[in-house]
Amino acid sequence: MSVIAFAKNWNGKFKNSTYELVSYTKNLADQLNTKLIVVSIGEVNNDDLKNLGKYGAERIISVNDPKMNILTSQVYAQVISEIAKMEGASAIVLSDNESGKAIAPRLSVKMKAGMASAVLELPISLNPFVVKKSTFSGKAFGHVQIDSPVKIISIAKNCFGLVENQVDVLIEEFSPHLDASLFKIQVLEEEKQTNKVDLADADIVVSAGRGMRSPDNWGVVEDLAEELGAATACSRPVSDEGWRGHEEHVGQTGKVIAPNLYFAAGISGAIQHVAGISRSKCIVAINTDPEAPIFGVADYGIIGDVMEVLPKLTEAIRNSK
Amino acid sequence: MKILVCISNVPDTTTKVKFKEDNTLFDDSGVQWIINPWDELALTRALELKEDAGNSVDEVCVIHVGGTQTDATLRKALAIGADKAIRIDGYPADAYYVAGQIAAYLKENPFDIVFSGIESSDYNGSSVGAMIAEFMDYSGVSSVSQVNIDKDELILYRAIPGGKQKIKTEVPLVAVVQKGIATEPRIPSMRGIMMARKKPLEVKAAVEMEILTKSVKFDLPETKGACKMIDSEHVEQLVELLKNEAKVL
Ligand SMILES: Cc1cc2nc3c(=O)[nH]c(=O)nc-3n(C[C@H](O)[C@H](O)[C@H](O)COP(=O)(O)OP(=O)(O)OC[C@H]3O[C@@H](n4cnc5c(N)ncnc54)[C@H](O)[C@@H]3O)c2cc1C
Repeated sequence: MSVIAFAKNWNGKFKNSTYELVSYTKNLADQLNTKLIVVSIGEVNNDDLKNLGKYGAERIISVNDPKMNILTSQVYAQVISEIAKMEGASAIVLSDNESGKAIAPRLSVKMKAGMASAVLELPISLNPFVVKKSTFSGKAFGHVQIDSPVKIISIAKNCFGLVENQVDVLIEEFSPHLDASLFKIQVLEEEKQTNKVDLADADIVVSAGRGMRSPDNWGVVEDLAEELGAATACSRPVSDEGWRGHEEHVGQTGKVIAPNLYFAAGISGAIQHVAGISRSKCIVAINTDPEAPIFGVADYGIIGDVMEVLPKLTEAIRNSK
Repeated sequence: MKILVCISNVPDTTTKVKFKEDNTLFDDSGVQWIINPWDELALTRALELKEDAGNSVDEVCVIHVGGTQTDATLRKALAIGADKAIRIDGYPADAYYVAGQIAAYLKENPFDIVFSGIESSDYNGSSVGAMIAEFMDYSGVSSVSQVNIDKDELILYRAIPGGKQKIKTEVPLVAVVQKGIATEPRIPSMRGIMMARKKPLEVKAAVEMEILTKSVKFDLPETKGACKMIDSEHVEQLVELLKNEAKVL
């Protein structure tokens, strides 16, 4: 028996969310009285793999093949399910991110295993196996019972945190037999936002809405973000208008994020916007309208004009350092 | 080429959610139902592709697994411009069941491209599209933010952490789409509504299919404490609170 964590790398590197995944799955394996096996696909050097040992990865099965650097969900699901069968896995845990969303459902069908996505904590009960997840776009939590022998879950970011648990790492190489016809995806180009904090990973996010009145006013938002080492984000109308790129749009139809600190500047706090930010640990709202619904979900609020408040805030943060 | 768009029928995004029977069931009394926002955008993009003479898309159909009460949603999809709607008459108990039903239909009625939204706004499962791909042994691409067809070649963009990838792939394909795929959903025109009455809404019996998961209970989030207001003339107080009270700086 075993529990498998699938550790996705991006360009050969792991992120904090991978360490969180390993921390979570180690704990789950202990609860189930079984061993944790971490599966890594694509080229990662041994030092990076060994880093996973800090969070409890005793055994890592690595498919260190450059052909697999590109995420092809069909191939990845095939490899993970092969390993899962070989190792008698009773649960497979993935991160609820771009790769998890592509692979977990395929694994579910391949293994006839029930899945729950964006799980928020360790299982509520192991027998029956019940996990808690966000439903109705953050307006409620659902308890999902998985009835199949193998369980598949993907975990939401910041649901567990990093838990150190240093162990000695054993790395095994594995070469699956894959038909060349499975590799149907060809990457033509990759566009990366360099020198910017990635919104999905950011601890602090400075977000602004239509209350900014014009894309020309965004300097004050960027200044604050820069002072804080934060990522920038926006509400949907702002990206629909083309004031900011789509990749910054947070909310029900945009990105769902869970930073420690979220600034909502000139954002009304419509229910669809809140759906994307309600898991933030602390929300600060700045708005001219004291009746704006954002104050109903914020921890701290300032009634005032963004163009005046944001620069003052940037200065106050600079002075406090 | 034919495109099939999977449609989920969900409560309007402004619905205040309530539960009944000791918080084990969603209370749908008084709920306004809509096409799931991403599915609506996927349908919009599919129709744009059909109208574009630069490719060979000539048919756009929608498919949904659900009971008779969802026909209004399918009629809306027809009014927006779909050529045909298919409803599999079954209770959409979990994603595996829904994907299995759609795959069973696809096996009998092949399509070149299947679109599914990245999640439905009720159970937020993020799974039907990629599950269909696996049931069908089709290639699948998730987190797709743009789809273009150049003659018969498929060019997609998909999101990756901190950026996007432009990829080339082939049909048959399931594309799981997210924001960016279309800007504004189409609104049915009067003519569209009239025409929808004449378009086919095919109802198929569900096939035998297992259900692997169930939602056993729901909780509502705890209500937040009052928002602490800070005078705009004294923003340094906010900084102090974020440091020492909330401990997030
Ligand atoms: C199906 C669907 C999905 C949606 N998904 C999303 C989503 O994912 N994300 C999202 O954000 N929205 C989404 N929306 C839209 C959402 O309903 C709101 O329209 C949107 O969030 C409002 O954006 P806003 O707060 O920037 O703009 P507005 O509603 O225009 O509000 C601007 C706010 O700024 C304040 N303000 C104005 N001037 C100033 C100033 N000088 N200083 C300070 N404050 C000022 C105003 O008081 C107001 O509260 C969705 C809608 C639908 C129907």
